[in-house]
Amino acid sequence: MNNSNQDGNDDMETKATPSSLSDVANANKARKQPGSGALGVGLEARSIHAWFGDKLVIRDISLDFWSGTVTALIGPSGCGKSTFIRTLNRMHEFIPGAAMAGEVLLNGQDIYEQGTDVTKIRLKVGMVFQKPNPFPSMTIADNVLAGLKLAQLKTQNKDDLLEECLERAGLWNEVKDRLSAYGGSLSGGQQQRLCIARSLAVRPEVLLMDEPCSALDPGSTLKIEETIQHLSSTMTIIIVTHNMQQAARVSDYTGFFLSDGGPGELVEVGPTSEIFSRPKDIRTENYVTGRFG
Amino acid sequence: MSEDKSPITTPGKRELTNKPRFSDKVFRGVATAGGLSSLVILGLILIFLGYQGFQVLRSEGFGFITGSNWQVIQDNAGNTDLSASSFGIAAMLVGTLLCAALAVSIAVPISVLCALYLTFYAPQFLKKIMVAIIDLMAAFPSILFGMWGFFVLMPHVEYWAKLIHKYFSWIPLFKMEISVFTRSPFVAGVVLAIMIIPIITSVSREIFSQTPLDRVQAAYALGATRWSMIRAVVIPYGKSGVVGGAMLGLGRAMGETVAVYTVLNLVYQINWHVLIGAGGNVASMILLKFGEAGPTETRALMAAGLVLFLLTLLVNSIANTIVSRTGGKGR
Repeated sequence: MNNSNQDGNDDMETKATPSSLSDVANANKARKQPGSGALGVGLEARSIHAWFGDKLVIRDISLDFWSGTVTALIGPSGCGKSTFIRTLNRMHEFIPGAAMAGEVLLNGQDIYEQGTDVTKIRLKVGMVFQKPNPFPSMTIADNVLAGLKLAQLKTQNKDDLLEECLERAGLWNEVKDRLSAYGGSLSGGQQQRLCIARSLAVRPEVLLMDEPCSALDPGSTLKIEETIQHLSSTMTIIIVTHNMQQAARVSDYTGFFLSDGGPGELVEVGPTSEIFSRPKDIRTENYVTGRFG
Repeated sequence: MSEDKSPITTPGKRELTNKPRFSDKVFRGVATAGGLSSLVILGLILIFLGYQGFQVLRSEGFGFITGSNWQVIQDNAGNTDLSASSFGIAAMLVGTLLCAALAVSIAVPISVLCALYLTFYAPQFLKKIMVAIIDLMAAFPSILFGMWGFFVLMPHVEYWAKLIHKYFSWIPLFKMEISVFTRSPFVAGVVLAIMIIPIITSVSREIFSQTPLDRVQAAYALGATRWSMIRAVVIPYGKSGVVGGAMLGLGRAMGETVAVYTVLNLVYQINWHVLIGAGGNVASMILLKFGEAGPTETRALMAAGLVLFLLTLLVNSIANTIVSRTGGKGR
């Protein structure tokens, strides 16, 4: 089973925005040599299985994530979306008893290969969590630059990096006068954008977002969605969301996950417009039209 | 109100009452009694010590805590002559603070490392065993620590003391004027440190294990190594808890009697040099004198107890202030 490949071929003809059509078509060729083009495959999940203890929670999920695109993962609660994206930057293994099978290729290199430095993987595959989690003991500026310190990276000009990251996260204008205030003094939505800025500072190639707006009000959600749109031109973004409108608004591709009581599976993946207007699978149609979930 | 013709009237505030159930009243009484009993007992002890020690404190005045002479003079009839006798515990107070400070400064780094190891590095089976052993250590009788200090630590400490003296004698604290290395505040400090490690370790371990998981994950997701995650997230979060644990340890170290009595050479002279075999501790002085003291001397010992009580209170409240000023940021 490899949904992504079959649907991926369809994607090429039906991608909504004409300007990127040819690019994506080129990327189709590049698929065999991942990461070779500007819009090549950034991250490939190959037959991912995940367990908690003896319980298989996701089964055989294969998905390609394209550079410069936003992929939304939708599905009802407990279908394994979050577990799946946590396998993509090896955060899954923090949970005691967690196990996985399959491969995750980042630029063609398996991130689970023996002898891999996990911390380097997480620098390339950043993550934004459901609940905004800035470091409360650090100032706004220190929060943004925390990754440099944590991963012992050097940078020539911290001030430029700070401004650039906050700018890209859409927060610069709101905080530029109080960079030395503590991160906890911001509102929830600002905190979440601070967390996005923090992930950007280590220059990841892929950004995983696990329901980044579920704890936020509609205004903040809108701001975050704008931020995602801006970021998507330069990196691969994978967003898990419960909110189907959000998936429709921000993503280029959408994957639908479902669990029928057993392990979660990928039912269907394709261009977002396809998934929401002409889904191939009846279960996807039922879900996106609000018949269940 | 009704005569007032203004269109908007603010009603008077209503009294908010609640008629509690009988069972609630009973439980409230029990909880209040339990909560207040410790305060009452502590207050009664304070009153008892103050009442007993008052006479001596009045006759000695400020000299009781600044003088270092403890001399009981008896008249011909065998009664203690209070005006001729002198009671001063300055040397013992200095010794108490010195040994306790030494103990805390040795114990805190070891305890924090131990707690970090147990929380973040130790394999599960080892963790269980070590936690059990450390908790057992906290319940160990202090005389056993004293005997261990006397018979096991003392013979070796001379070597360490000489080493410290050789390289650090430029620090006034480590100066040696007389070369008597055994039974020094240094030995007492090491013994006390071992006694308070379990307390500080347990408190630190507890607080470290409560570090919010989302912050830990945030650090890891930024490519943190375990150590850099601990430095950026766990230490700022747990700092105030560690200080709290250190305060508990400090309290125990200041009040410790038997272990200090066993290893320390009690000398009535203020001695800041931790390596010299002369020192003191209020609690062990009381133990030393209590057996043979007459009525007046007993009162003087009560006064000493009162001073120790107040000193402990003072040190703890200072520490609490420090914690509340600096602690909040990491939370």
